[in-house]
Amino acid sequence: MISAIRTVLAATALTLGVTHAFAAEVQVAVAANFTAPMQKIAAEFERDTGHKARLAFGATGKFYAQIRNGAPFEVFLSADDTTPAKLEEEGATVAGSRFTYAIGRLALWSAQAGVVDDKGEVLRRGAFAHLAVANPKTAPYGAAAQEVMHRLGVAEALAAKLVTGENIAQTHQFVASGNAELGFVALSQVWADGRLTGGSAWLVPAGLHAPLRQDAVILAPGRDKPAARALAEYLRGAKATAIIKSYGYGQ
Amino acid sequence: MMSTADLAAIRLTLELAAVTTAILLVIGTPVAWWLARTRSAWKGVVGAVVALPLVLPPTVIGFYLLLLMGPHGPVGQLTQALGIGLLPFSFAGLVVGSVFYSLPFVVQPLQQAFEAIGERPLEVAATLRAGALDTFFSVVLPLARPGFVTAAVLGFAHTVGEFGVVLMIGGNIPEKTRVVSVQIYDHVEALEYAQAHWLSAGMVVFSFVVLFLLYSRKRGGVR
Repeated sequence: MISAIRTVLAATALTLGVTHAFAAEVQVAVAANFTAPMQKIAAEFERDTGHKARLAFGATGKFYAQIRNGAPFEVFLSADDTTPAKLEEEGATVAGSRFTYAIGRLALWSAQAGVVDDKGEVLRRGAFAHLAVANPKTAPYGAAAQEVMHRLGVAEALAAKLVTGENIAQTHQFVASGNAELGFVALSQVWADGRLTGGSAWLVPAGLHAPLRQDAVILAPGRDKPAARALAEYLRGAKATAIIKSYGYGQ
Repeated sequence: MMSTADLAAIRLTLELAAVTTAILLVIGTPVAWWLARTRSAWKGVVGAVVALPLVLPPTVIGFYLLLLMGPHGPVGQLTQALGIGLLPFSFAGLVVGSVFYSLPFVVQPLQQAFEAIGERPLEVAATLRAGALDTFFSVVLPLARPGFVTAAVLGFAHTVGEFGVVLMIGGNIPEKTRVVSVQIYDHVEALEYAQAHWLSAGMVVFSFVVLFLLYSRKRGGVR
């Protein structure tokens, strides 16, 4: 009896030890627009693999500077495809690990119902004081918004009404707090389970701006980390893909 | 070298700091005077509120100001009712944020200067039948002069260094709300490190010179 208990205890200890040896942490830098889906994916990832993804959210340009200066991120989910490519050129990534995890969609959004029509005509009427956009110099969604306004021929007329968020998260905050009546945000910020979470929006046709291809890459510090590889793998899996789509991203 | 956008940001920053300091001296003086003289139970509460920006992250101040001054916030509804419109994304909004942000840097030196004067000069003035206002302008102000210089310099310099508050409520509008610290942040994000260095080094030199002059000033004045 006692020996049986001992065997069970030993087996349990062994199993726990083994699980522990395999379960690891992975440090992930995530573009601000991908915050909500990534939180969901990270939770599923932890449940399915036992690995824990530690997430940092922010602007892609800031992450680039931090990574170049030795930040210990192991996986980088960028808001564009140029920044990961640049890091790859500079030898800061694991070769061949770069892939597109999502294609971003832009939305013209107001926290209030009935402000934004479903064709974006509100931009031409211009009956508002502030239009929030992400900084076009540093945020891909901001650059896309600028492109859309140029295509529609309203860029000059609206220039004086622009308020610029440091990244897409802050841009969303300007609109959500009502300080800007409307703004260009990432669809994923106002979209869940296939519909708008509130307010009114125009889903900007993808043809009006260059594709918002968002690439992920394993960074040099993640080279020999199974958890980093597992996360990159997981992002391409069916479960993650479904979550990504439910937030309005294309793939 | 510095671009016209950089120079515009510098000019805006100096304007903001000047306006903020002027306002703070006007509203900070009575507050500091009250704090220095009162025996009220409210002294602790008011003193703590004044000192809050010393410990609060500027993003917290900026975040709440954004909500308070927004269309759904009480301050925003008041400014709208008064016909001023909404304060975020405007120079006026930055002034409101800066006044709160730099409050302790003006009130605390003034309070210390007032406390250092003590009861005696006021009693003497009273025996000479000086009124309260006369006493304040003829006795207190001259005696507290070094305190006012310290308060003005620290208030100005601290506002020049403001970042988090402006980032939250400013909207990064050129020549309206884009101050130096935000311009530096933009340069760094856009990987324009040379321009970032010009402005950043300028800030370091400015801050050092201001503090050096302040701390190497001959002590005394407050007796």
